Amino acid sequence: MVIKKFMHITKELVEHLAKLALLELTEEEVTRYTRELDSLIGYFEKLNELNTTHIEPTYQVVPEAIVFREDSVQESFKREEWLKVVPQQEEGAIKVPKIIDVG
Amino acid sequence: MTSYEAVIGLEVHAQLKTKSKIFCGCSTEFNAKENENTCPVCTGMPGSLPVLNKKAVEFALKMAMATQCTIHEKSIFARKNYFYPDLPKGYQISQYDKPLAVQGKVGKVRIHRIHMEEDAGKNIHGTVSSYVNLNRAGIPLIEIVSEPDMRSSQEAGEYLRELRSMLRYLDICDGNMEEGSFRCDVNISIRPLTQKEYGTRAEIKNINSFRFVEKAIEYEIERQKEVLESGKRVVQETRLWDSEKNQTFSMRSKEEAHDYRYFPDPDLLPLQIPNTWIEDVKKSIPELGAQKKERFMNQYGLTEYDAGLLVQEKELAQYFEEVVQICQQPKLASNWILSELLRETTATQIAASPISSKHLGELIKLIQKGTISGKIAKTIFEKMWNSGQSPKTIVEKEGLVQVSDENVIRQWVEEVLKNNQKFVDEYRAGRTKLLGFFVGEIMKKSQGKANPATIHEILKKKLDSKGE
Ligand SMILES: [Zn+2]
Repeated sequence: MVIKKFMHITKELVEHLAKLALLELTEEEVTRYTRELDSLIGYFEKLNELNTTHIEPTYQVVPEAIVFREDSVQESFKREEWLKVVPQQEEGAIKVPKIIDVG
Repeated sequence: MTSYEAVIGLEVHAQLKTKSKIFCGCSTEFNAKENENTCPVCTGMPGSLPVLNKKAVEFALKMAMATQCTIHEKSIFARKNYFYPDLPKGYQISQYDKPLAVQGKVGKVRIHRIHMEEDAGKNIHGTVSSYVNLNRAGIPLIEIVSEPDMRSSQEAGEYLRELRSMLRYLDICDGNMEEGSFRCDVNISIRPLTQKEYGTRAEIKNINSFRFVEKAIEYEIERQKEVLESGKRVVQETRLWDSEKNQTFSMRSKEEAHDYRYFPDPDLLPLQIPNTWIEDVKKSIPELGAQKKERFMNQYGLTEYDAGLLVQEKELAQYFEEVVQICQQPKLASNWILSELLRETTATQIAASPISSKHLGELIKLIQKGTISGKIAKTIFEKMWNSGQSPKTIVEKEGLVQVSDENVIRQWVEEVLKNNQKFVDEYRAGRTKLLGFFVGEIMKKSQGKANPATIHEILKKKLDSKGE
């Protein structure tokens, strides 16, 4: 969802974002965030007053270009070590709640 | 009844054949143990930073050039945000509004864009739980998006095969659909022939063979027709292909999942492609299948069909040209490869064939010089396949040289005629069909070694002269 000029944060938008972020918000939290985010977004309205028609968008504030690595294989995690931090695993695969109904 | 037309666009994900992943040094080895090829970067550990694999960019550039795309001097990596267990960072690094390349062409189909991205992990679904393997997370992909320019399953199949051939000739992707290194999503809608606007489209995912892509498209055309004919509307949705039931089915998904909130990845600076790099990559692009096919037809006088078969794999085309170089007989070389050699092996396995291109070339030379008969050649071919020996060695060892000596052949002819006096009489009485029987008997007597042309000549002379 693109934040458009002079956009207002609505209760529906906060609920939508919470859903995307997998957050469970109470009714009071939704009301509070709607109010707080709406006042926050107001600051950006100030920026929107500038005419940027002929200015290239700034993707990065660092002037350099990207740095590459050569295509060589480096040592990875030690498998047994990192599988220790996984909450649940079976034969090295990470066990998670069932994702979708198949078929 | 209304006539409909299908409108098809394809999105292909091709895994690039680099040794290491796109943003970290983990191996891309396919047969590794679960979660063996993982590190802080590709498992999304806090504080880790991605560093772009130069080879992956080079490979992507090759495909962009081969498809005649315009390459953006500056492209941007963006985060595609969604939650799924196979995506440890909570976003996939992809390209969004500034992709690597745009506006290309593959045959008649226009390419909308080609961009780079990382693959997600692999999920295996059990009955109670799902299992995540992150070896694939971070493997470099290019996504090739076509314009909706195809109108039938056949056109879609042709485009896909051409794309796969290009990737394999460029040696940047192994194109294996079953292993998932070449994946295809189909966007398809139908419209009455008289209508200009596109209909509502469905997206079909999870198709893992060319045949299934074609079948899924055919099924979907019929399904959408039925929906429209019954006065209902096609729903925009994602469907999956069920290869056992031969049908597509709706994937129940939450529509919110499609709100990806892309934004430029602050961890990666803009990807700049200087002209000098483009020039270097351009020089490294080999002759591709379509050009090779054209050349085979012109240079060797092959039919379009045969040339098409020979260029299906780079190794096969190379094998063919090596054989021709030795025997100078393109038509014979093509026949022997397509009808004999490919009965024993496949185009992709040709380099491992026990019959080397040199040996096949020599075999054809022996036939051409009349040293061996075509019939014996097949026997020798079989022995070559089983032993890996040269045709010369086999011919000498087994005494299979063709006999063209008239005196020797005349003797065989006379013996056969003497032993079959009854048939000789019948032949002379007009049953000329018996000629083939005599030739066969003489051939048998010579153990297949007699030159058939010489047999024919002497036999005819003998049968006809005494009949007068
Ligand atoms: Zn890694």
